[in-house]
Amino acid sequence: MSVDVKTVKRVARLARIAVSEEDAERMTGELNAILGFVEQLNEVDVSGVEPMTSVIPMEMKKRPDVVTDGSKAADIVANAPATEENFFLVPKVVE
Amino acid sequence: MSDLTHLTISQARAMLRTKEITATEITEAYLQAIERANPALNAYVVVTDDKARDMARASDAKLAKGEGGALEGIPLGIKDLFGTEGIHTQACSHVLDGFKPHYESTVTANLWADGAVMLGKLNMDEFAMGSSNETSYYGPVVNPWRRSRLDTVVMPTTHQGDGGFVSAGGTRTARTLDNAQLVPGGSSGGSASAVSALLCAGATATDTGGSIRQPAAFTGTVGIKPTYGRCSRWGIVAFASSLDQAGPIARDVRDAAILLKSMASVDPKDTTSVDRPVPDYEAAIGKPIKGMKVGIPREYRVDGMPEEIEALWQKGIAWLKDAGAEIVDISLPHTKYALPAYYIVAPAEASSNLARYDGVRYGLRVPGKDIVDMYEKTRAAGFGREVKRRIMIGTYVLSAGYYDAYYLQAQKVRNLIKRDFENAFAAGVDVILTPATPSAAFGIADEDMAADPVKMYLNDIFTVTVNMAGLPGIAVPAGLDAKGLPLGLQLIGRPFDEETLFQTAHVIEQAAGTFQPEKWW
Repeated sequence: MSVDVKTVKRVARLARIAVSEEDAERMTGELNAILGFVEQLNEVDVSGVEPMTSVIPMEMKKRPDVVTDGSKAADIVANAPATEENFFLVPKVVE
Repeated sequence: MSDLTHLTISQARAMLRTKEITATEITEAYLQAIERANPALNAYVVVTDDKARDMARASDAKLAKGEGGALEGIPLGIKDLFGTEGIHTQACSHVLDGFKPHYESTVTANLWADGAVMLGKLNMDEFAMGSSNETSYYGPVVNPWRRSRLDTVVMPTTHQGDGGFVSAGGTRTARTLDNAQLVPGGSSGGSASAVSALLCAGATATDTGGSIRQPAAFTGTVGIKPTYGRCSRWGIVAFASSLDQAGPIARDVRDAAILLKSMASVDPKDTTSVDRPVPDYEAAIGKPIKGMKVGIPREYRVDGMPEEIEALWQKGIAWLKDAGAEIVDISLPHTKYALPAYYIVAPAEASSNLARYDGVRYGLRVPGKDIVDMYEKTRAAGFGREVKRRIMIGTYVLSAGYYDAYYLQAQKVRNLIKRDFENAFAAGVDVILTPATPSAAFGIADEDMAADPVKMYLNDIFTVTVNMAGLPGIAVPAGLDAKGLPLGLQLIGRPFDEETLFQTAHVIEQAAGTFQPEKWW
């Protein structure tokens, strides 16, 4: 499978990365080189093989359903580019 | 006392305990070495000198009372991927501009609890994506190793020099260092360069596809990627969560064992942390390997592999045989599919993990006309080319209609890769010996690598299988090539059998010796 410039722009939109016309052209070539490389996986017979879900067989760890963390709003917003009263500030999303 | 930076961790540990040296003295020695070397090597992105001095003073107080921990007073470098409270943590990306976490990663917290001293944060490929440390926002790291030429110098039969020196004649050989700057490998290039150039006693690193073992091989250092689940991933900036593992880069096998013992733990904050006690890895060193079964996988003999790598491998086989190991040929038939499967799984997980960098909660923000425009501009400006490339691949292979063809297929192939190893171990193989990398260190801004991303990816061809299967792997220096550059061998073990890796790597180290670059910086 290979991608065209239009697909690259659609994927960039999904990934929320702004791309110029020039970027999209360049990425098309790079992505096709990588997709060409991974194509060889199709020759592997995987019939009856389960997809790997965990590298080490282990039971999913569970913890008691209790509050163990919190009350640190100031810490959480401390690194944000724009905040007000422990809220993250973003450009207006609803009119 | 000669330069304290020449002491290994085990040597420094002994001298700190007997109070022959102090933590403050050794810390100052490293801070001075960094100040002199870092402009040339660019291994550190931040030097935390004040913190280092405070920690060293606290260590000296503890050592004076005989209360020192396992790493009391040992100065370490920390890869920029580890969250360190109140200190620059940016995964060497522009998108994390100014980020200083309000938490400490479990691995680094374990090191500080054992008394280690932090010298600073080490350079790396952006978000650990790269094999040359050239994708860092802070510029490439330089390998302290340089190529050299062996010249045969014919000595005149008699020579009347200024001092009346008379030579006996004959020939001698001299190594002349080349000026070309080489990469230290990646993504843990800063860690490898700093350890090799004696800018820290040891360093933390992480390995998703070979990021500990390949730079260790390129710099003549020892690097171990433990079994997935051995070190907690909590507080480490995530790249590909099912592959990422932390581990140390050190000067010798014993130091690597000492560091891993402190880094590893069982952590309730990481659900993939495995509930098994951490053994005393150092105790495995020096145990004989007589009767051990060493597997040699035929699939690791790849086309175009330099003669020298094959010769190194044969040397390794001979050393282990001499030590009494039984050498057996094995087959890992799905080896060639590990790298292509990796380049689906890792970017897919990365595209999901890196979705969090949105210009809202931390790091860089580039204003836009609305929120989507802000996201897109922030991510376009904040991520470098390689990171964008991987996010794009990941987004594509996970997008509607392609999930089965790519991601699901890759995860099935991954199971087959894992099964290959399980079959070998079930047949009685204790450890597998392979080359660590298909070549020695290459030049910074290598044109072939820059032109073709896949070429760069091939650096990880021998290491990536281990991440796909979740197994432990160690890279140990085994010799120098004709140009005087270090080459490494890799040992792969059963899950959670790091002890056998240290035990066997030590045998190789005893035979090969340790390697130090000639100082030019």
